[in-house]
Amino acid sequence: MSDTHAQTVAFVRNEMIAPSDPPAREAGAVKWLRENLFSGVLNTFLTVVSLLIVWYALAAIGPWLLNSVWTAGSLAECRAILDGTSGACFSVITDRWHQLLFGFYPPQHYWRPVLALALLFAALAPVLFTALPRKLLLFTAIYPFVAYHLLWGGSVWFPVSVALGFVAGILAYLIVARVSTLIAVFAAILAPVFWWTFAAGAFDQTMSGILPLGLEFVRSDRFGGFLISLIIGISGISLSLPIGILLALGRQSDMVFLKSVCVVVIEFIRGVPLITLLFTASLLLNYFLPPGSAFDLILRVIIMVTLFASAYMAEVIRGGLAALPKGQYEAADALGLNYWKAQRLIIMPQALKISIPGIVNTFIGLFKDTTLVVFIGLLDPIGLSNAIRADTNWNGIYWELFIFIAALFFIFCFGMSRYSMYLERKLKTDHR
Amino acid sequence: MKKTVFVGALSAAAFSAGLAHAQTTLETVQNRGELICGSNTGQAGFGAPDANGVWQGFDVGFCRALAAAVLNDPNAVTFVPLTSQTRFSALASSEVDVLARNTTWTFVRDVDLNLTFVGTNYYDGQGFMVTRDLGVSSALELDGATVCIETGTTTELNLADYFRVNNMSYEPVPVDTAAEAQQQYLAGACDVYTTDVSALASSRAAFAEPGDHAILPEVISKEPLGPVVRHGDDQWADIVQWTLFALIAAEELGVTSANVEELKAGSNNPEINRLLGVEGGFGEMFGLDNEWAARAIAAVGNYGELFASTIGDQTPIGLARGLNAQWTQGGLLYAPPFR
Repeated sequence: MSDTHAQTVAFVRNEMIAPSDPPAREAGAVKWLRENLFSGVLNTFLTVVSLLIVWYALAAIGPWLLNSVWTAGSLAECRAILDGTSGACFSVITDRWHQLLFGFYPPQHYWRPVLALALLFAALAPVLFTALPRKLLLFTAIYPFVAYHLLWGGSVWFPVSVALGFVAGILAYLIVARVSTLIAVFAAILAPVFWWTFAAGAFDQTMSGILPLGLEFVRSDRFGGFLISLIIGISGISLSLPIGILLALGRQSDMVFLKSVCVVVIEFIRGVPLITLLFTASLLLNYFLPPGSAFDLILRVIIMVTLFASAYMAEVIRGGLAALPKGQYEAADALGLNYWKAQRLIIMPQALKISIPGIVNTFIGLFKDTTLVVFIGLLDPIGLSNAIRADTNWNGIYWELFIFIAALFFIFCFGMSRYSMYLERKLKTDHR
Repeated sequence: MKKTVFVGALSAAAFSAGLAHAQTTLETVQNRGELICGSNTGQAGFGAPDANGVWQGFDVGFCRALAAAVLNDPNAVTFVPLTSQTRFSALASSEVDVLARNTTWTFVRDVDLNLTFVGTNYYDGQGFMVTRDLGVSSALELDGATVCIETGTTTELNLADYFRVNNMSYEPVPVDTAAEAQQQYLAGACDVYTTDVSALASSRAAFAEPGDHAILPEVISKEPLGPVVRHGDDQWADIVQWTLFALIAAEELGVTSANVEELKAGSNNPEINRLLGVEGGFGEMFGLDNEWAARAIAAVGNYGELFASTIGDQTPIGLARGLNAQWTQGGLLYAPPFR
């Protein structure tokens, strides 16, 4: 073949040319810039404007942040060190960070909330990551009592006696369930109520008498700062999901009475602003309770926040339920599954999966809403920032405190949002 | 306390509601072993927790004196931080025993809200602060100004009255806290910051350039601030009232925390003797023992000492006595006789 052309064609290339680089404008950073930032007149314009805005913002904030003072003892000292230049005075954080985190919790007991937080992650792990052994869930179940004891302290037998109420409920259910499931449900509710009303107090007293174990009691008014946000937020989050599921199921139920109760609860609570519920918790409840019965304010707030979040959660989950094709319900019926089995094995896994973004959205909203407690005088981080400013050393400081608080909240909210994205990816079973 | 919460809150509520109402506030406080005092969420000098979480301040000092009188322990006080919006409901619903939190004594609060103002522990008045650049030397030149004003307080109403009377207009910039007001004012969102003169002075002291700001000479309102209790328990109101009077009278009579122990042994001034319980048996008349006033004075000092240590001119707040001097010194403090 090569011979043929040797006579007819003047030149034939016998070897391949080495591939050359693509044109500069079609490769690397230049290409990316051209495609993403300068792909047209309008986009070029927008890019330039955005860059200018970013530049101005950085030019305004950057020097202030970089020139910050961390070691002064008061705002006046900060100003003396800065000597007229613009700069942040983060010394207030070095001076008061422990208050912003723990409120007035006794410093020698700081390890208790820290340990409670560490154990929280241990308790959450088996819930969040299915790869872990299921037996760890047992620790998750006892975690609330452990956390209560760590945070508040007092006699160890008090949380134990409360926990025994739940054990009594489960036992009652298991025993009576052999006769009838419906009666067993009532028994499971009544047994703990009886235990708590009549036996728990005596049990607590006797056991405390026999074996006085426990940590030093810390009163609720010592709690404050980010600790209070976390307590309210985490209790609200972990309680509102199950209550929300039950409310959503109740709303879908065929039983008229149950359905109306759920609808009224959901619509009433959704129709009232959270701040109203908090005012009710802090002020109105005391009119009904006898004077002198100190019904813990943090507990009242947790109850109200939980109710509020549950109503929203119920609607989010109802959205998930509504998105399921009717065939799924019919398939469950066709398999002969009873109501709870159908919910547990077929409906809920799918409905919850659909609702994940909405559920996490509600969680994040709830966590940030905990700062509203400042209006009823609880010293959460925002409330403490007021108290810190009332100290003559720090009167006049403003942004530094808010930046610190915002950073704390960002870490937790961003963490939740990342986890929800991980969960969505993991549970994705369709092939879109 | 926690046990009642979980175990029997509801049954206890139904059970003891009638029973507990019969208890007087004094009995409640003594049985509890602790005074619950409604306090500020944080106002420099008047009431705020310090770096260790211990409440300090002028109003806080009054609560400690009361606790010393009633419970013989100035530290047996729980301070409940209350906002301007929640303070009266908290008192009315028995959440707190007494409210000592920069609260202005007005007709409506006294009569319509069913509260009892037992006296005045600080005579304040509302003033204006402007930047010197504004070139204003009198409040009457403020026509058309934007004014930073804290909501939910009497200052809001006084401001409206003052501008109406003087036929001027203003544009309000509502703010929630003193810190927010300072920030708005320094950022130029308003020309004028108005609140009680004492608060203006402590705000100005915290500014980077205090000299650039002037407090105008006009004081446009009377703000008698004092402790408040609920209607309907006159014994308790008397105790709170005369604890305040005891601190004021002690200053007038020259009784201080330093010499109270010595004078308690008896002196040749019969009024001091009656005040400190050497004669007269006054404490027993309202259910305390006779050394109640001596304990209150020993705990926080007399009115003058308390003032000097929390908000006086030696402190960063730097307030002069002014109207809050004794009547003998040209002020308004005037305790009725201990007789």
